[in-house]
Amino acid sequence: MSQYQAEIILVGVIVAIACALPGVFLVLRRMALMSDAITHTVLLGIVIAFFVVEDLSSPLLIAGAAVVGLGTVWLVEAVHRTRLVAEDAAIGLTFPLLFSIAIILISRYAGDVHLDTDAVLLGEIALAPQRRFIVSGWDLGPQAAWMMGTILVVNLVFIRTFFKELKLTTFDPALAAALGFSPVVVHYALMGLVSVTAVGAFDAVGSILVVALMVGPPATGYLMTNDLRRMMMYSAGMATLAAISGYWVAHFLDVSIAGSMAGAVGLFFTVVLVFAPERGIVAVARRHTRQRWEFAQTMLTGHLLNHEGTPEETHESRVDHIEHVLGWAPAFRDGVISRAERDGLIVQVDRTLRLTPTGHTHAAKVLIPAAGGTRLEP
Amino acid sequence: MTEPRQDADPGGLAIDVEDLTVAYGEAPVLWDVDLQVPQGVLCAIVGPNGAGKSTLIKSILGLVTPAAGRILIEGRPYDDVRLMVGYVPQRGSVDWDFPTTVLDVVMMGRYGTLGWFRRPGRNERRLSMQALEQVGMDHLSSRHISELSGGQQQRVFIARALVQDAQVYLMDEPLQGVDAQTEKAIIELLRDFRAKGKTVICVHHDLQTVPEYFEWVMLLNVKRIASGPVGEVFTDENLRLTYGGGLAAAAPGRRDTAEGII
Repeated sequence: MSQYQAEIILVGVIVAIACALPGVFLVLRRMALMSDAITHTVLLGIVIAFFVVEDLSSPLLIAGAAVVGLGTVWLVEAVHRTRLVAEDAAIGLTFPLLFSIAIILISRYAGDVHLDTDAVLLGEIALAPQRRFIVSGWDLGPQAAWMMGTILVVNLVFIRTFFKELKLTTFDPALAAALGFSPVVVHYALMGLVSVTAVGAFDAVGSILVVALMVGPPATGYLMTNDLRRMMMYSAGMATLAAISGYWVAHFLDVSIAGSMAGAVGLFFTVVLVFAPERGIVAVARRHTRQRWEFAQTMLTGHLLNHEGTPEETHESRVDHIEHVLGWAPAFRDGVISRAERDGLIVQVDRTLRLTPTGHTHAAKVLIPAAGGTRLEP
Repeated sequence: MTEPRQDADPGGLAIDVEDLTVAYGEAPVLWDVDLQVPQGVLCAIVGPNGAGKSTLIKSILGLVTPAAGRILIEGRPYDDVRLMVGYVPQRGSVDWDFPTTVLDVVMMGRYGTLGWFRRPGRNERRLSMQALEQVGMDHLSSRHISELSGGQQQRVFIARALVQDAQVYLMDEPLQGVDAQTEKAIIELLRDFRAKGKTVICVHHDLQTVPEYFEWVMLLNVKRIASGPVGEVFTDENLRLTYGGGLAAAAPGRRDTAEGII
């Protein structure tokens, strides 16, 4: 691995983590689409700030972008507040408008500067190491790594400092407001952070990858845990993994790096969606199957218990009779019986079933909850 | 923010609302509402859907900006007494799939006392575990909140109100959708509050249990129909004024209960 490659990967990883952290709160606030809007409309802020300072490397461009990012959030909410359109539609109305104004301004007035729309959408991370950060003759590495590194640190410090406030305003905004933590202030601070992150990141990797990194890893982390801190760590881990593996896929297939990284995000999400320990599709399906067998066993023991010691007991406990009373297909019936035998709930003598002491307790627990069933109420 | 508990006027009004009007757009949600609730009572707010019950609570908490009116809590504006006021929102108002645990939600009740920046620590954890014990949920403290039943969710909210250690509680339907056992347990806790001189104001839907659970009541339908001791104002006439003609079914049952209590 050459130093050039290492630097591309470094930039990718920093961008990925910087995007994933605020993305966690976007996803939890059901505002994932807002990242899509902001990553596009910040272009308008950059264009306007560029007209003012006429310097593409001025930090004022980031300030301009942040202002327009916040303006986008405000405008979306203003449109939504009219109660004439839903929030997703308000986003869909607002951001193309601001984005198209930016595109028109670029094509009309900035045709001869390096501000082209392809670079904005797709970025070119492969070129990131070319712009060096040089201080009095010392080459300190790619500019993008320093800028995104700074943004990453700002994001980390903000989230660590206001973790409790972010959590409360996301989970229960009404209580937050009543306790004096203004949800509006926290909301706009977070959106400002998203805007600044988006501007810094899309210069390196393009706005589409920014959206992928803000939404994908947090959505993946959400499936993996029930704890907010862990969700943030898993999101950062997933983002890192996607950046590294995406780079190597692009390297060996000779395709777009940003495209491969975004693809890796999608792939990891799909894998976790299928195989996540508790919420994954496989886990849920297995749980349902297991519950179906367990419930059937409970029904069987319940049936046997109900007729225990009655004159019909011999008749009701016959294997051939079971399928009629419980409405089971013979194959399913045999499955349930063999499982119940294996679990020591029943014994089978001469095609007639009998409860074991364990099966007896099991059935009684379900039929008579007060007798020690799993009850949570005191 | 001040620490006003010591100088709260004893025997005064916990809640004093005057001429409160709230409007969303042109339609008034609350119209010239007055409400005086003395300290140390359990007070129910009843009224049909859309009567403005939740809006009244949110106005008292400063979550809704009124078009007109004056609201005092323990004789002071809300901003001065924020820490003396506990709030239990409607259970359905939060996302129960949020990645957090039972204990963590209860600890949120301490955030107001902590203020900005400071993080919850051992003390907050201890108080929250105590509160969970009081509502019979300590064995579920590390459970994820999506695993709770409706009644357990409501108990978590009550535990969170407990750790707020407030003087005045505003609760939006704390008994909504809970089983009979949880309802009894919650009412017992509210009576504990009252025994300690705290005031509890609940939006309540079950008219039959009003006389049994509460001694103060407000009947609301955009305007205040009546408010005062249950025995004086919880009358058929006032209920008819509040709910219109549709109350025939509820009234007899209510009277039966009422006779047993009053």
